[in-house]
Amino acid sequence: MLDPVNISLESLNLTTLAPMLIPIVGALLILVMDTIKGGLDKSLYVVISMLFMGIDLAALLSASDMFSVAGTMMGAFDVMLIDGLAILAQLIIVGASLLFIPLALTGKRFHEFSYPEFFALFLFMMSGFQFMVATDNLILIFVGLETASLALYTLIALHNRDKSFEAAVKYFTMGALAAGFFSFGSMIFYALTGSVEINQIATVLAANNYADIGYVLIGTVFMLASLGFKVSLVPFHTWTPDVYEGASAAMAGYMSIVPKIAGFIVTMRLFEFLIHSHVVWLEYVLYGVVVVTMTAANMWALVQTDVKRMLAYSSISHAGFVMAAVMIGTTQANTALFLYWILFSFTNLGSFSMLWISRQKSLPDHQSSDHSYNKFAGMIHTAPVAATIMTLFMLSLAGVPPFALFWGKLYMIGSAVSAGYTVLALIMALNSAIAGYYYLKLVVYMLMKDPVAGVSGDTYTRNATLSLKTVIGIAAVGTIFAFIAINPLIEFITSFVYNSGY
Amino acid sequence: MVDHILSILIFFPVVAALFGVIVHKDSIRAYGIAVSVIEFALSLWLWFAFDGQSSGMQFMESIPLIPAFGINYTLGVDGISVFIIILSTFVTLIGIASLGEIKNLKNMIITLLVLQMTMSGVFAALDAIIFYVFWELSLVPMLYIIGAWGGPLRIYASIKFFLYTFAGSLVMLVGMLFMAYFYNQATGEWSFAILDWYRLILPENLQLWLFVAFFLGFAIKVPMFPFHTWLPYAHGQAPTIGSVILAAILLKMGTYAFIRFSLPLFPDASVFFMYPIAVIAIIMVIYTAMVAYGQKDIKQVIAYSSISHMGIIIIGTFALNVEGISGSVFLMLGHGVVAGALFFLVGVIYDRRHTKIMSEFGGLAHSMPRYATIFGVMMMASVGMPLTINFVGEFLSLLGFFKQSQILTLLAGVGIIVGAIYMLTAYKKLFFGEITNEENRNLPDINKRELVALIPLTFLAIWLGVYPKPVLDPINTSVESIVQLMHDKAQTAEAKRRIPSPLSQMTIPVSSIEEAH
Repeated sequence: MLDPVNISLESLNLTTLAPMLIPIVGALLILVMDTIKGGLDKSLYVVISMLFMGIDLAALLSASDMFSVAGTMMGAFDVMLIDGLAILAQLIIVGASLLFIPLALTGKRFHEFSYPEFFALFLFMMSGFQFMVATDNLILIFVGLETASLALYTLIALHNRDKSFEAAVKYFTMGALAAGFFSFGSMIFYALTGSVEINQIATVLAANNYADIGYVLIGTVFMLASLGFKVSLVPFHTWTPDVYEGASAAMAGYMSIVPKIAGFIVTMRLFEFLIHSHVVWLEYVLYGVVVVTMTAANMWALVQTDVKRMLAYSSISHAGFVMAAVMIGTTQANTALFLYWILFSFTNLGSFSMLWISRQKSLPDHQSSDHSYNKFAGMIHTAPVAATIMTLFMLSLAGVPPFALFWGKLYMIGSAVSAGYTVLALIMALNSAIAGYYYLKLVVYMLMKDPVAGVSGDTYTRNATLSLKTVIGIAAVGTIFAFIAINPLIEFITSFVYNSGY
Repeated sequence: MVDHILSILIFFPVVAALFGVIVHKDSIRAYGIAVSVIEFALSLWLWFAFDGQSSGMQFMESIPLIPAFGINYTLGVDGISVFIIILSTFVTLIGIASLGEIKNLKNMIITLLVLQMTMSGVFAALDAIIFYVFWELSLVPMLYIIGAWGGPLRIYASIKFFLYTFAGSLVMLVGMLFMAYFYNQATGEWSFAILDWYRLILPENLQLWLFVAFFLGFAIKVPMFPFHTWLPYAHGQAPTIGSVILAAILLKMGTYAFIRFSLPLFPDASVFFMYPIAVIAIIMVIYTAMVAYGQKDIKQVIAYSSISHMGIIIIGTFALNVEGISGSVFLMLGHGVVAGALFFLVGVIYDRRHTKIMSEFGGLAHSMPRYATIFGVMMMASVGMPLTINFVGEFLSLLGFFKQSQILTLLAGVGIIVGAIYMLTAYKKLFFGEITNEENRNLPDINKRELVALIPLTFLAIWLGVYPKPVLDPINTSVESIVQLMHDKAQTAEAKRRIPSPLSQMTIPVSSIEEAH
């Protein structure tokens, strides 16, 4: 007969689970409310979601206080790992979600927001991503990843356009392939080391001095492929533009930020020890992926005729930029990763929101896509304020100082220089110059072309409500005045990253 | 207040531009003039409070911006930068005052005020990142000016202008990050302050690489051959005001940056690259002068002559002695005044005839005598007639380089003669002979608003040509300290010899003792 297992509740340290459980409770509450009384307005669900996110944020802040005092915490049978990376990533996830969810309060009615399930799924998805970043157990990462992804597929499909179903199915199939790769990679690492904990895997591999290097490499390639799908590295990026095009602009903006930061955290945890193993071959693979992702995505973005697809390719290129930080792997580079992503989320969410407020209910006959460049021609004459704000976001994405993303690029290239990656720093700089062209193209259309006949200023803001404008305003202020926040951010992030051992 | 005068000079125009959004578009011209008069007065006050005897930085301000990465908002001016700032406020003032009737005047004036902020910022910044911020930011208003008010090819021209400069400066940014990294290696602290960097002595091969990185950024801006191809497009398509500011101030950012960054930071590399750069500069002088001779469009003639003059400035800068560098700084001012005025003059004729092709004109001296006179004075100044502003600068620049190489100086002198040929030919085609085209017979002569811009410029061009001392002395003082710094920092014997110490010229024994060591 088995001995009864005795575990004290304190040793489980269940507070580590609190930030993930809060959105789940919120999601269940929304579902319960819907069963009790149906047909409630979307604004109610938006506010309830925001309240739960606020509580989530408060829980995270208290966790970050605990981290600064006590350091890394383990919990729930040592499966949860609350270190600096986990807290920072969750702050980005919750913060970006807080900015995203008010975008549901559009002027026009979109039927996806009339289902309370939309908001429940959204909260489930958040919790999935939070699980994904707050553990180094490959199984829990997988569970978090799949929870979040399945919810996300549904959210995309809810947007009622022909292309949305195509996008959701495409994303689903690609996601399934990535999940397969992930489980294969985990299986190989488990077979090699007998553990699914990343730090255990690292210890065992280091102890036998990477004797089975062939298997390690196969496992790494599987992992890189699966995570590459999630963070859209070339050549695993093919789904990105189509899915962004099919999803609503707001959802596309969200997808360019939150799933990727979760993916980057897993990549950091996994590749940190692999890079420091001094297996040269591995570094070459990563170097190649980083350079190709930055450059090729830029080239494709140059030839797009639709602004949303251009932004999709540009976000692939930015992902390549950030992947470089993972490859460099110094504390400064990892700090740069978070700094870059925080600044990027402000700017990118802002620019996708600008597309979102100009969204028509249905496509007019003469337009083949929602956001062609032509639509924005001469916008400065018809909607000067909106054009100025959009210009601001484009300049920030291009890395023109003193706007937000410039500081991210500065710190990122600086970290490459400090780590001795001179050529990489130059490639990054030149890629920023190439990227300048396609961002500028939209600026040129807005400021220098003459307006298309029949387009009034109303075209660009027909979806705008006070809450949408507030979100854009927050993004714009964050983009302009980023330089004030850079120093506190760098200090805060550095202390968290450093104390987590990265 | 005088302690913060530089910050005020930088941010007053942009605050005014923001408020300008409220001003009604019928009154925006008066508002623009008022703001730029105040800005100009502030810059004159800066000159008044400036101590011409002191060679160091004055009116220094420093606020920590990103101390974790060594970035501080540090400002300061010396004799080199103070006059370029005054020139920039002056050109903006007369530019706004003489603006013709154009569409979207309000947007234009707001853009010009924002541009004024970036110009003061570049020349006052003493922190590499702050310098870079204003340097890059200046592209945006100019992009808009060319792209929104330009000629038929305006979009191509504006994008070419932006991307060319943007690409070059990103390489420069990598160079700056390297400098900061080496500073960090040497002292354990991050710093982007230029004055901190001055104290750093770098190994020679490192200097060469960093020199090249900075050179790319600056050379595209100047623009040096073979990176000059964006400039004729930009000038050809830009509206008058755009060309004036581009030629008078924006191009000077590049040559100023050579003196502020390249020379004192990399003295050995400067000596190493002196001859290659001088050769490029002479190609600029002669080749672009010949190209200018072949142009049919008067504005292109002046655009190419700008490149040619920038070549002389570069030669003066890379003479690496006090005469050459002082001369090149003075020539920056001179070229700002003269090229600015010439572009204004082309704008005058373009407003009347809507063409810039020289064969359309001829005999204008009959119908527009006052216009012909001012054009004549400016043309003389442009070819460097004695007693005009450009003569002082050109003479000193070439005198400086004469000490390094007689042959190359001779070649550059030939370039100036070619310059005289194309300018005189262009003048002949426009003004002399019979009136062949009937449309030119009854053209109205220059009007009051245009005189507002042109009279002060003409006055400056002659006054500073006759009596350059009040401007040249403070420049000289600051240049001496820079050359002394370069001499002290130079490591190779070749560099020590090529960069003479200004102090040792007065006290010969000291230098001979040094050489004995």
